[in-house]
Amino acid sequence: MRVVAAMSGGVDSAVAAARMVEDGHDVVGVHLALSQNPATLREGARGCCTIEDAGDARRVADMIGIPFYVWDMAARFKNDVVDDFVAEYAAGRTPNPCLRCNEKIKFAALLDKALALGFDAVATGHYAQIVQGASGARELHRALDMAKDQSYVLGVLNADQLARSFFPLGDTAKPQIRQEAAARGFYVAAKPDSHDICFIPDGDTRKWLTDRLGEQPGDIVDTGGTTVGRHDGAYGFTVGQRRGLHLGQPATGGQPRYVLEVQPKTNTVVVAVGDLLGIDAITGDHCRWCGPAPRGEVSVGAQVRAHGEEIPATAWADGEQVEVRLQRPVRGVAPGQSVVLYDGTRVVGSATIAKATSARAAASGQGRRELTRDADGSTSPAGG
Amino acid sequence: MLDSSANVSFAYLDHGATTPMLPEAIEAMTAQMATVGNASSLHTSGRLGRRVVEESREAIAQAMGARPSEVLFTSGGTESDNLAIKGTFWARKDADPRRVRLLVSTVEHHAVLDCVDFLVAHEGAKVTWLEVDQVGRVHPETVRAAIGTDPETVALVSVMWANNEVGTVQPIAQIAALCHEFAIPMHSDAVQAVGQVVVDFAASGLDLLSISGHKIGGPQGVGALLARRDATLVPLTHGGGQERQVRSGSLDVPAIRGFAVAIRHATADLARRAQRLTALRDMLIVGAQDAGFGVQVSGDWVPGDGTARLPGNAHLLVPGCDGDSLLYLLDAAGVQCSTGSACQAGVPQPSHVLLAMGMSEHKARGALRLTLGHTSTSADIDAFLAALPAAVERAQRAQVATSSQQAIPTQTR
Repeated sequence: MRVVAAMSGGVDSAVAAARMVEDGHDVVGVHLALSQNPATLREGARGCCTIEDAGDARRVADMIGIPFYVWDMAARFKNDVVDDFVAEYAAGRTPNPCLRCNEKIKFAALLDKALALGFDAVATGHYAQIVQGASGARELHRALDMAKDQSYVLGVLNADQLARSFFPLGDTAKPQIRQEAAARGFYVAAKPDSHDICFIPDGDTRKWLTDRLGEQPGDIVDTGGTTVGRHDGAYGFTVGQRRGLHLGQPATGGQPRYVLEVQPKTNTVVVAVGDLLGIDAITGDHCRWCGPAPRGEVSVGAQVRAHGEEIPATAWADGEQVEVRLQRPVRGVAPGQSVVLYDGTRVVGSATIAKATSARAAASGQGRRELTRDADGSTSPAGG
Repeated sequence: MLDSSANVSFAYLDHGATTPMLPEAIEAMTAQMATVGNASSLHTSGRLGRRVVEESREAIAQAMGARPSEVLFTSGGTESDNLAIKGTFWARKDADPRRVRLLVSTVEHHAVLDCVDFLVAHEGAKVTWLEVDQVGRVHPETVRAAIGTDPETVALVSVMWANNEVGTVQPIAQIAALCHEFAIPMHSDAVQAVGQVVVDFAASGLDLLSISGHKIGGPQGVGALLARRDATLVPLTHGGGQERQVRSGSLDVPAIRGFAVAIRHATADLARRAQRLTALRDMLIVGAQDAGFGVQVSGDWVPGDGTARLPGNAHLLVPGCDGDSLLYLLDAAGVQCSTGSACQAGVPQPSHVLLAMGMSEHKARGALRLTLGHTSTSADIDAFLAALPAAVERAQRAQVATSSQQAIPTQTR
């Protein structure tokens, strides 16, 4: 097959490209330029798309003997990923830009361009596996190395995209990938892993958002409505967050308090002690199925963040929405996050969390707290 | 590790980027590499090296209509431009602090533009940009207007001899004559022009002229700044005082020898060479226009003419395509060319030259530069024209795919 190997300049995509070549594919390396003003040099594990990264990718392509090009997707990336990220936070939600990038850029803009240019597929260095299912369709599965598994951020891929994707690293543990890179003579073998959000080079998300949205001082209140602190912008807070609240007084009983809710309309952050945060019922929209959509109620495992644990659950998909009932509550579920559903190691699909509630709390009469996304996109409490 | 690409046949249509070395230049250069001698040493080996340098200097001077003492060896076109612009700016400003203005065309190479930006940002320079017309040409009246009523404030005028993207040849002698009316020195970057059109330093009236080795069949990493003996330059590199005390550093004797051999070949029999390249260029442009995709040629193209536009330059605009897609598809089909614009980390930026000519960013995206030189043949043109239709068709589809906001539609619902 004619394959575009997406090459970030890191060790994973380097080995992925080399493996594709060895599997007999006709491979061309492509580095995506996603930043409109790339920095010259990389700083540790942060940042991305520096000129140094492009140079590293080019050098690996030279070594494995494949053509190499840089494709400029900076405008699309800004439009579909960065601006979306800012808008989501401004609306009180917590987006995952990696999923958005996979959905809109790597397996859409990049894949579409590759197909138009005559390629058959795209290969990346993601840790996930594609398995030929019983029906012959390609299924997305977790990586063998659970510590590196990235199937969560690929949960947005549909069957068409999976049919044209390769993840050559899914059957290998990360330490072996580094060894393999070293054995191949890639000098990126010891390059640090990427962490954090690639377009926020210093890792300070709140400051980055403040630069774009401006300071918006407001109140931090408890569930009774009493003001317990001040903040510089509700958009800088995420449900489940504990640090950075700077509350003067501890809650009764001295328990630590967490962000329970972000209310962009009133620019208010609501805090509560931990036991109010348990969520076990999720309504998701923007469903993306990695194969046939599930019908009726199905037993699944649900994961609500990139390296979070999988919780047994039932899911009921209904066209535009999916209702997920977790068998035990989890904390820190924020609207805007993605819930990815698994059947064993197979990824069933994903949805964006629109509403997260505690059915248990409602049943026990403590007062049902819901986080819902209104039609206008803001988050507000319902019930309570 | 090099692959076997040397054995694969391909059409090389990127002489504007660099040219294949002439066998004569390779031979002279490799022979020189086998000898020892620093041209600044006083012993026998040193004198032998010095002799090669001075013979080369004389050959280059003769080919360029200059005196040997006017030839300053550098590492290439970029260094020559830097030395000419920064060196003259500082020298002229030192002599008279009012001289802070630089008059520079908007279509210059980045080696000139970025010098200007540097001097503006750090050295108190002011710039008056010389606008161009739709074919990328600077008119002498534009220069006169820019000099205005305060010629005493002008440090330097710089206008390239021929544009590297669209091949437009500038009225250098006219502009130089105008500068002389006001006793303002003038520089021209002639890196693309040498070997394609007649470049005569003395006849041009210029004070400073940049040339390069690897655009004319010589080695990379060597060039020269031709500087009139009365041109004062503040040195950029300090050290042993080589090259009239303005460009220190041991001279690269083998490269200089290869450069001299190449420039002799490139300028000998120029009329016949230019005529041959013009015919090939016209064949390429007409063939591309006739391919039926609405391909346009930018710049100043008159069939059969090799003086208003460089004989070896074809600059095409392909509607509905991104130049980088075309470049990839043609490369895969064995045809090597360029989008013509500057890159940052390999990312094509909209060409400042095309924008300066009044073109929209959208139209400028489909730019493709094909440049011919001493190894070009009609078979290269045939290969390009054969590969073009499939490349355009795919590149158009790719542009549609990447400009739409939609991902692949979700299969199931």
